Amino acid sequence: MNELVFFINNVVIAGSVSGSIYAIGAVGVTLIFSIMRFAHFAHGDMMTFGAFMVLLLATAFPAAGDAFGVPSALVLLPLAMALTALLAVGIDKAFYKPLRAHGVKPIVLVIGSLGVTLMLQGLIRLFAGTSGQSLYIDDRKEIFRLALPFEGARAPVVITEPQLYLFVITLVAVIGLHVFLSRSRLGKAMRAMSDNPDLAQASGINTNTIVAVTWVIAGGLAAIAGTLLSLDVTFKPDLSFFLLLPIFAAAIVGGVGHPFGAVAGGFVVGFAETLAVFNWSVLLRPFRDSLPSWLLESGNLAFVGTEYKIVVPFFILVVILVWRPTGIFKGKVI
Amino acid sequence: MPLLDARDVHGGYGGMNILNGVDMAIEADEIGVIVGPNGAGKSTMLKAIFGLLNVSQGEILLRGEPIQNLPTNKLVQKGMGFVPQEHNVFPSLTVKENLEMGAFLKPGNVKRMLKQVYEFFPPLHDKRHQPAGELSGGQRQMVAMGRALMAEPSLLLLDEPTAGLSPLYMNQIFEQVKLINSAGVGILMVEQNAKQALAIADRGFVLAAGQNRFTDTGAALLADPEVAKSFLGG
Amino acid sequence: METKRADTVAAQSRFPLREVLLFAAVLLAVLAVYAAMGPAYSTRMLVEAACYAILALGLTIQWGYAGQFNAGVMGFVALGGFCAMFFSFPINPDFWESELPGELGLALLYMIAAVLVVFGATRLDRIGVPKKLRTLLAVILGLVLYLVVVNAFRGVTDQIESRAGFVGGLGLPVGVGWVVGGALAGGVGYFIGRVCLGLRSDYLAIATLGIAEIIKAFLKNSDWLTRGTATVSPLPWPVPGPAEVGFTLARALYLSVTAVMIAAIFFLLSRAYHAPWGRMIRAIRDNEISAAAMGKDINKRRLEIFVLGCILMGIGGAALASFNSMFDPQGYLPLNHTFLVLVMVILGGPGNNLGTIFGAVAVYIIWIMSAPMALYLMDLAMALGAGLGWETPTNMDSRALQARVFVIGLLITLVLRYAPKGLLPEKVRHHG
Repeated sequence: MNELVFFINNVVIAGSVSGSIYAIGAVGVTLIFSIMRFAHFAHGDMMTFGAFMVLLLATAFPAAGDAFGVPSALVLLPLAMALTALLAVGIDKAFYKPLRAHGVKPIVLVIGSLGVTLMLQGLIRLFAGTSGQSLYIDDRKEIFRLALPFEGARAPVVITEPQLYLFVITLVAVIGLHVFLSRSRLGKAMRAMSDNPDLAQASGINTNTIVAVTWVIAGGLAAIAGTLLSLDVTFKPDLSFFLLLPIFAAAIVGGVGHPFGAVAGGFVVGFAETLAVFNWSVLLRPFRDSLPSWLLESGNLAFVGTEYKIVVPFFILVVILVWRPTGIFKGKVI
Repeated sequence: MPLLDARDVHGGYGGMNILNGVDMAIEADEIGVIVGPNGAGKSTMLKAIFGLLNVSQGEILLRGEPIQNLPTNKLVQKGMGFVPQEHNVFPSLTVKENLEMGAFLKPGNVKRMLKQVYEFFPPLHDKRHQPAGELSGGQRQMVAMGRALMAEPSLLLLDEPTAGLSPLYMNQIFEQVKLINSAGVGILMVEQNAKQALAIADRGFVLAAGQNRFTDTGAALLADPEVAKSFLGG
Repeated sequence: METKRADTVAAQSRFPLREVLLFAAVLLAVLAVYAAMGPAYSTRMLVEAACYAILALGLTIQWGYAGQFNAGVMGFVALGGFCAMFFSFPINPDFWESELPGELGLALLYMIAAVLVVFGATRLDRIGVPKKLRTLLAVILGLVLYLVVVNAFRGVTDQIESRAGFVGGLGLPVGVGWVVGGALAGGVGYFIGRVCLGLRSDYLAIATLGIAEIIKAFLKNSDWLTRGTATVSPLPWPVPGPAEVGFTLARALYLSVTAVMIAAIFFLLSRAYHAPWGRMIRAIRDNEISAAAMGKDINKRRLEIFVLGCILMGIGGAALASFNSMFDPQGYLPLNHTFLVLVMVILGGPGNNLGTIFGAVAVYIIWIMSAPMALYLMDLAMALGAGLGWETPTNMDSRALQARVFVIGLLITLVLRYAPKGLLPEKVRHHG
C-alpha cells in the first residue's frame, strides 16, 4: 500500500500540479496564437513577471492576507494579474503592434517576442537577482497529510496548501474562460476573429479591442500560473526557458488555437513528465519474488533522470508534429 | 440623392491598377448588379466600396457623404454590409453566434434582428445551434447574408452569392435577395449568372478591363443585342 | 570584366560607399581596441569575432536566404565544441587500457539491436499483424528495451566515471574534430528539419529552442563523456600555441586560420547564392506558393539550407571551443550563443554575407567592450546613489550581466522595427 501512496504523491499530485501550471500557460499561448497568429516566446517571462509583482506586493504588504486567513500572496494576486495584463497590453502597443502594422511575416513577431523575453528577463533579474525566493513572506505553508484508511498504509498522502489553491484556481480559471468565450459578446468576437479575422473586421468587430482583450486575458493567466508555481516551490527568475517548451508542447498537443485543447495538452505534458521521471521499480517492489532479478538490480527504473526532464516535452512535441501536427483536437493552424 | 454614388474610381493592389475609372450609382430601394468577364474588376470594385482596397482616385459617396478609404468598422456603422464570396462564415461558431457577430456594433438589436433574419431564412432557425462550418454551401450563404443583415444595413454588398451553388439554391438565393430588397435594403451584387441577375436588377453595370462598358436598367441591358452578344453568351 | 546580374546588383550604387564606410568604422574600432587593450587581448577578441562570424554566416543563410528561424544556435555550437574536444583531446589510457571500452561497445551494440527490434516491430503490419496491435507492440517493446539499454549504459558509464574519470579524447588532429562537429550539427539539423520544415516556421523556432536545451543538458550531465561541470582543458590548437610562440603570435596564427575559413565559406556561399540553387531558395522564401506552383521541391530545398546552416554553426562552435582551449558545457548560454548571433545577423543584414560579417565583428566588439563599460557606469551610478543615501547592491557583476540581457533584447526589437533589413541590406531587385 505504501507504494500506492508513493505513486499518488509523486505522480498523481505532482502531475496535476505541473499539469495545471502548463495548462494555464498554454491557454494564454494558444489564445495569442489564435488571434495574432504567432508563437509568443515571451510568455514564460510574463509568468515570471506576474510572480515577481506578487513578490513585490507581498513584501510591501505582508499582512494583507491576515484578514482572510490565506497567504498574502493570494490576496494580492488579482492586483498582480492586473499589472501583468497592463504590461502585456503595453508590450503589444510598443513592440508587436508596429511590426503587425508593417505587415511582417509571423516569424518576425516570434523574433520580436524573443527580444521582449530577453528585456523582461534582464529587468526582472536586475531587480530580483537570480536566486530563488519564497513568496510566503509572513505566512506559513500548510502541509496536509492524509492517512489512507487501508491496512499497512503507513505513509500519508501529502498535499500542500498552495497545491490546493492551484487546483481550485485552475478550475475556476478554466470554467471562467469557458463562460467568457461561449457567452459574452467579446468572447464570441474573440472566437470569431480566431476563425476568420477578415470577416470579423467586415462584421464591424474592432480588431484592436479584441487584440487588447486577448493580451489582458493572457497576461492575467500568466500571472496566475507564475504565482502559483512560485507559491508551490519558490520564485525563480530564470525558469522561463524551461517553461516555454512544455507550454508550447501543451498548446500544440491540444491543437493550436483551441483553448480547452491547451488545458488537456497541459495535463498530458505534466503527467508525461512526472511519469517519465518516476522510479517504477518502487511499484514493482511488492512483486519482487516473481520478477527476474536483473529488472530490479539497479534500483532505478525511471525513464529519464530529473536532469533530462526537458526531453519529455520535446519528445511529445516531435511525436505530435510527426504524427498529427494539428494536435489531438484539430487545431486551426499549422 | 442616390444611396451609393461612386465616381471615376481608380484603385488596385500594390502598384497595379485594376479599376480604371468606374462610375456606379444606385438608389435606396434598388438592386444593382455588376456583371462582366473574368478580371474585369467586379469584385475589386465591391472591395473598393467596402474600404478593403486602396482607392487612389475618384470618390465614393454614401448618401452624399464621402466614404472612400474609411476603415471597415466605420462603414458598418454607416450602414453598409458586405458578404465576401469565400470564407464568409465563422466555421467554429454556431449559426446563432455567427448572426450575433453581425450585430456586434448594435448589441441592443440582436433579438429583434435575429427574429427578422430567421424570417428571411427559415432553415437557419432550425440549425441555429449547429456550427456554421457543418452547413451546406447554400445554407452557409444564408448565414453569411443573415450576418450582414444583422447590422440593419441600408446597403448590402454581395460578392457572387450564388457561386458554386446548385440551381435549386441559386433560385432560392435570388428570391431572398429580392425579398431583402423589398424590405428596404439597397443591394449591390456581383454575379456570374448574368442573365438571371440582370432579370432582377434595377441597375446593371457591365464592366470590362476596369471600366464601365454598359450602364442601364437590368431589363434594358438584357434586351441590348450588343450586351447579349459579348457578355451574356448570345 | 564582371558581368552584372540584374537580379542581384542594385544598379545605382556602383561604388559601395555604405560598405566602405561601415567597414572603415569597424576598422577604426578595432584599432582603438588595440591601442587601449594591447595586441594580445585584441587579437583574442578578433579570433572570437571571427568564430562568431562563422556562426552568423550559418544563421544568415537559414534566416536571410530561406526565412527559417533557428532559435537554438547554442545547441549546434555546443555540439561542434564537443566534437572539437572529443577528437583532439589526448587519449585517456585509464579508460582505453581497461575492459571498459569493450563494455561501452557492448552497450552500444545493445542500443543498435534495440533500435532494430523496435523498427522491425513497426513493420509487423506487413506480415499481417493488425495496425493497432502493431503500434501497441512497438510502443511496449520500445519502452521495455529503452529501459534495458538505459540501465546497461548507466552501469558502464558509472564504471567509467569512477575508474577512468571520463572517456577522454581520441588524440586526432584538430581539424578532424571540426569537420565531424560540422557533420554532427548537420545531422541533428537534418532530424529537426525533417520534423518541422513542412510546418509553420514557428514550430521550427520552438523545436530548435528545445533541442538546444536538450543538447546542453546532455553534455552537462554526461560526466563520463564530457566531464560535465568539471570541464575539459586544455584543448590543442591547430597552430602552434602560446607556450611555443607567445600569445600574440599564436593568436594571430589562429586568426589567420579562421580568416581563411571565412574567406572559403564566403566564396562558396556567394557562388551558391548566385547559382540557380540560390535563386530557387530565395524564390521559395519570397513566394512559397508560386515557387511550389512552379514545381520546386520546397521542403527538400529548405532542408538543404537548414542543414547547411547547422553545419556552419557546428564548425564555428568547434573553432570557438578549440580557441578557448576549454570545453565547458555550462558555458553555453542562450544569450551568448543564440541571441548574440541573432543580433549580429539582423543588424548586419540578413541574407547579405558581407553585412553579416560586418555585423558579427561590430557587435562582438561592442559586446566585449560593454562589460567593462557597463561596470564603470554602474560604479558611477552607485557612487551617485551612495551620495544620495541609497543602499548599494552587492552583486555588481551579475547585475551588469542582466543589463546586457536587457540591451540585447532591446536591440533585437529596435532593429526589427526600424531597420528590418539590417545596416547592409541584401541586394535583391524583385521582379513583379
